[in-house]
Amino acid sequence: MYAYDEIDRTLINERVTEFRDQVKRRLSGELTEDEFKMLRLQNGVYLQLHAYMFRIAIPYGTLSSNQLRRLAHVARRYDRGYGHFTTRQNIQFNWIKLAELPDALADLAEVGIHSMQTSGNNTRNVTSDQWAGVVPGEIEDPRIWSEILRQYTTLHPEFSFLPRKFKFAITASAHDRAAIKIHDIGLRLYKNEAGETGFEVLVGGGLGRTPFIAKTIRPFVHGRDLLSYVEAIMRVYNKYGRRDNIYKARIKILVHELGVEKFGHEVEEEWQQIRDGSLRLDDDTIEEIRSRFSYPTYEKLPHMPDELRKAAHDALFERWRRNSVFPHKATGYSIVTISLKPVGGPPGDATADQMDALADLADKYSFGEIRVGHEQNLALPHVARRDLPALWTALDAIGLATPNVNLVSDIIACPGLDYCSLANARSIPIAQELTRRFANHDTANLIGRLHINISGCINACGHHHVGHIGILGVEKNGEEFYQITIGGRADEKAELGVLIGPAVPYNEVADVIEDIVEAYLALRATPDELFVDTVKRLGVEPFRERVYATR
Amino acid sequence: MTSPLEQKKIKITQPSVVTANRTWDGAVIYRTAASKWSTRLNEAAVVRAADEARALLADSVADDLGAVGAYIAPVEIGEGGKIAPGNLRETIRATGVTIGLPLQEPVQA
Repeated sequence: MYAYDEIDRTLINERVTEFRDQVKRRLSGELTEDEFKMLRLQNGVYLQLHAYMFRIAIPYGTLSSNQLRRLAHVARRYDRGYGHFTTRQNIQFNWIKLAELPDALADLAEVGIHSMQTSGNNTRNVTSDQWAGVVPGEIEDPRIWSEILRQYTTLHPEFSFLPRKFKFAITASAHDRAAIKIHDIGLRLYKNEAGETGFEVLVGGGLGRTPFIAKTIRPFVHGRDLLSYVEAIMRVYNKYGRRDNIYKARIKILVHELGVEKFGHEVEEEWQQIRDGSLRLDDDTIEEIRSRFSYPTYEKLPHMPDELRKAAHDALFERWRRNSVFPHKATGYSIVTISLKPVGGPPGDATADQMDALADLADKYSFGEIRVGHEQNLALPHVARRDLPALWTALDAIGLATPNVNLVSDIIACPGLDYCSLANARSIPIAQELTRRFANHDTANLIGRLHINISGCINACGHHHVGHIGILGVEKNGEEFYQITIGGRADEKAELGVLIGPAVPYNEVADVIEDIVEAYLALRATPDELFVDTVKRLGVEPFRERVYATR
Repeated sequence: MTSPLEQKKIKITQPSVVTANRTWDGAVIYRTAASKWSTRLNEAAVVRAADEARALLADSVADDLGAVGAYIAPVEIGEGGKIAPGNLRETIRATGVTIGLPLQEPVQA
């Protein structure tokens, strides 16, 4: 966990005071909505279909148990008893009253939580691997660099009014759980041949109306040069990024239109002028940030404790363990993924009661720490293997032990037309129906790793472009229809999915997905061949034929 | 259900109302003939021509304190003049989300 210092706390508290005054002036009429809108967006406050939506920052997806309890309190006191974890490791509340927002923010500030820059044309949450700091094989904890970037980008005077929103993601593992290739700037932390730690810098990823996979503009930037190099990128973007057309304003459009070589050249020219200036990070500064991250003191524990051996006879426990428990860098410990995708439930939601209970479990079994993944699940990053049976029993009692992580019913979905004013179609009921169709865990395991992503509109908050199966809601003559893509992926081999055919109506989507899965089971070369690899091998046509043969 | 945020021109093809969100709490509201706001769709002023809609919208937008994000929404007029939402978006706004929720109202501390 990162410990905020006096500057951080003062900033958050001053922001609450400032926003409280802004809300007061809005409600008294001193500020018009046009004047207020930009201010509320800078604090993560949207207007949606039914109510205001409040997006709260969870920096690089790391929460303390106290913070999770406070989120539960906000859900209970100011909202309707639940929150939604997002594809950017944040949390959203859907029913907040503007008049009560300053109080909610003040309550959150007491535990170091804020909502700065969770919306608006500025730099958003710097996301990272939800297993950062604990996964085997990681170069070093990428959250240290996420925090450096967070501090650098917060209230940056030059980059607070960008052409459009700007998103960073950082990974430090070979397998990219942070989806860096679909971010405006993606950073892959690694050691070069000389043993130096630095970053491969990728730019211009993004989804939405014009999806792009990010391109490498510099294969290695030393850690000490990270901020100056990022500043050079953002200056080129700020200078050349389009402000005349909201749909062409992201950096991905600029990289595409200039070409990656020219863009990289522009960045290099800018960087050469500033690389040795005040943004050069010295070792002391990096160490200062690193020192504010605390890590547990792990016990020396056996890999196969008696508690685990005895629990192995319990088929339900074993099914959950095989699905949701992952290796940890410390012997005798595990990373536990908490699925927020119950059968028939809205993906990514947790009730206030669940949050409170999970906070208690984090205290008991995970050194008080919880992580939020971009796939809308949570994780307990430091669980002793001897505690797994007891943890599972407790999770199961509160509905947080669905053993479907990375399987077909572990669906990523945006809020869709049930909540969002931008949406064309609903996404959550589609996800709910699909979890019911694939509720049988044996079937889901037979299918294997399969990521379904659902977006209610082309803004792609559900990341449908990079789903193994992507579902995009559109509107045709006032009715909900859905385009289906297959073959996308968001990891280190990121690819955009390919459309399989004409959009299908709402009540046929689940049937189509079942047909696609049936096709995969018939076509896969071996039981171990993943869906996405079968699509890669065979292309879209065999699936298209089967899905549309009778439609 | 193309987002009204993306509508550039006022085109009236069926009876319509002006709807918005209440400023202080975001609740869904409808403009009445008395130039007030109501949370009840049945109390909304119904317009049937572009000029009427434009005037009602202008009247609504002028109340910047009471309402946010006013726009024109289609409705259907049933028996006895009962007003019903004219598309899925407005149905959801009038009647709530189509999925189950843990609680319906905030629990006061």
